[in-house]
Amino acid sequence: MLSIRDLHARIGTRNILKGVNLEVRPGEVHAIMGPNGSGKSTLASVLAGRAGYEVTKGSVEYLGLDLLAMEPEERARAGLFLAFQYPVEIPGVNNAYLLKAALNAVRKQRGEPELDAFEFLALIRDKMKLMQMDESFLNRGVNEGFSGGEKKRNEILQMAVLEPKLALLDETDSGLDIDALRVVASGVNSLRGPDRAIVMVTHYQRLLDYIEPDVVHVLSDGRILKSGDKSLALELEKRGYDWVRQEAAVA
Amino acid sequence: MSSNSQDLDAIVGQKYRHGFVTEIEADTVPPGLDEDVIRLISRKKGEPQFLLDWRLQAYRHWLTMQPPHWAHLKIAPIDYQSISYYSAPKKKDGPKSLDEVDPKLLATYEKLGVPLHERARLAGVAVDAVFDSVSVATTFKDKLAKAGVIFCSFSDAVLKHPELVERYLGTVVPYTDNFFATLNSAVFTDGSFVYVPKGVRCPMELSTYFRINAANTGQFERTLIIADEGSHVSYLEGCTAPMRDENQLHAAVVELVALADANIKYSTVQNWYPGDENGVGGIYNFVTKRGECRGANSRISWTQVETGSAITWKYPSCVLTGENSVGEFYSVALANHYQQADTGTKMIHIGRNTRSTIVSKGISAGKGQNTYRGLVKILPSADGARNYTQCDSLLMGDRCGAHTFPYMEIKNPTAVVEHEATTSKIGDDQLFYCRSRGISEEDAVNMIVNGFCKVVFKELPMEFAVEAQNLLSVSLEGAVG
Repeated sequence: MLSIRDLHARIGTRNILKGVNLEVRPGEVHAIMGPNGSGKSTLASVLAGRAGYEVTKGSVEYLGLDLLAMEPEERARAGLFLAFQYPVEIPGVNNAYLLKAALNAVRKQRGEPELDAFEFLALIRDKMKLMQMDESFLNRGVNEGFSGGEKKRNEILQMAVLEPKLALLDETDSGLDIDALRVVASGVNSLRGPDRAIVMVTHYQRLLDYIEPDVVHVLSDGRILKSGDKSLALELEKRGYDWVRQEAAVA
Repeated sequence: MSSNSQDLDAIVGQKYRHGFVTEIEADTVPPGLDEDVIRLISRKKGEPQFLLDWRLQAYRHWLTMQPPHWAHLKIAPIDYQSISYYSAPKKKDGPKSLDEVDPKLLATYEKLGVPLHERARLAGVAVDAVFDSVSVATTFKDKLAKAGVIFCSFSDAVLKHPELVERYLGTVVPYTDNFFATLNSAVFTDGSFVYVPKGVRCPMELSTYFRINAANTGQFERTLIIADEGSHVSYLEGCTAPMRDENQLHAAVVELVALADANIKYSTVQNWYPGDENGVGGIYNFVTKRGECRGANSRISWTQVETGSAITWKYPSCVLTGENSVGEFYSVALANHYQQADTGTKMIHIGRNTRSTIVSKGISAGKGQNTYRGLVKILPSADGARNYTQCDSLLMGDRCGAHTFPYMEIKNPTAVVEHEATTSKIGDDQLFYCRSRGISEEDAVNMIVNGFCKVVFKELPMEFAVEAQNLLSVSLEGAVG
């Protein structure tokens, strides 16, 4: 589904990604872990198409498409979803309005009929129950005045509504208390399925207690140094990242 | 807009525009301004003596005045002797049906959601071919007459209701008021007149009627609206469809009078030709709009969406004379390409417990310059006066500008005045967020801008609000990216 090959990217003159290779198949859940500044969020941003990053080398194939040649909205319509680390506030733009526009853009691409306001409301009410969100969310401005936890929940709500094929979760666990983390995790888990892949970027093993990954990668200094199963995350929790770096240096 | 047909023909295409330069119509006064021209205008319109005297007084005063200068407007000098101050409505050979109209123009109407039956009129199709609107207009006329509402052209009002005109004309905007208002007082040719009798709630938005029956009333337009005690009226000026015309200078005057317990809501959507993307051409829109809450508990509310004109200079204001009266000003002003907008309001608190609210939303894009200039003046007599002002600016790109000049003169210690101002950029982050949800860049910009303007759009009558949103998106096409 997603093949990242020798991906190099920079911001300005600063090289951040220095040869990332990653293969993600449908149904898989990957966790990308790594210390601060290792390039985790950059990877998510480059995949989603955020401006300001220059890809200097390498390729990304997504469902047979050249992902890097696509505009951000084309990527989204093709089923890519990024749950933001810091969701931005858009004052005055109704949450439901944005979501309905987004859903209909995606549905149009899939060749499905657009939903009218009633059909949309019925759909979103279901999804909101799942995320334990109050209906008043719908009429508030996008992320306007939301707490950190509310913003993250809202991201997963959007994911639930848009039903992406590939979801990138950028530090979705940061800033969440344990209750909120549970809600968010159960939302994500309910979206796991044989046709959907999830790539989580995170600092902490904590999230992986709730969303169990199939593969764990260690990203450090712009490269994936080590991959393994869930036990790798536990080992990282215990031993930190230095040993992985040393191991890589020896190899 | 010196005449209906001129304006509409200018929309339809270039042909007429070139023709217009050489063609001399018998009913057009040669360019230039002196007392004889004013006498001629007055005579042609069959005006009573009081009005001629008033015009002449205004003209003589105007001769003593200097054109104003503003810090944030760049205006090429205007040659007032090159303007023709009178031209009678002419019948032109317009297109016979919509099939003959420029498809590009029709596409714009489509985008704006202009109703089908109005497209023909706007495009300049000969009016007698537009059966729909004629019959609709007649129905409206009956309904208004039953309610006792007078709604007619200013010229008609001068002939049929001279006592009302004489009593109220110039009582809110005196002929000495400012350079452009004084010029208007001397030479205005037409405009609209509304009188709502005591206790009457006007049975419809005066827009619908106005838009169907609009006589384009010249570049020196004069509007007078009087709401008698306890009456209500909502008036919509303008049209969201692009109006192009060859008169560069527009100096209109609008006067509103609200007597005790009366309520006037005045909404404007202004979409005149802004000039091209290089700043060539475009209308100078120098308007004096002022309302007086003359009676106790009266209310005047201005709502404006200003997206057109090369230069806009306009400050719809409220003089709050009556006790407990309320003045409101809600504004969205857009400056794209080389447009310059200098707009705001004045709230003059005279009566006790008077209240005013100002919400101004300025959007700057391209090389547009947007200025909010507002005055809140609280006189010693205005015990317990309150004002709330909110000025927000939204910038798109890095070559545009937003400026805010709030003036306050508070002469009563019991007054409470609040002012909030923000400036923000349409963030790349906001755009990316929307796009990463599958929404195109253009739709994302519209969404963000409309969100920014929401509190003002809420004040517009429903059908206008939708058109205003569409208008903003048309005006902002290509502003990003």
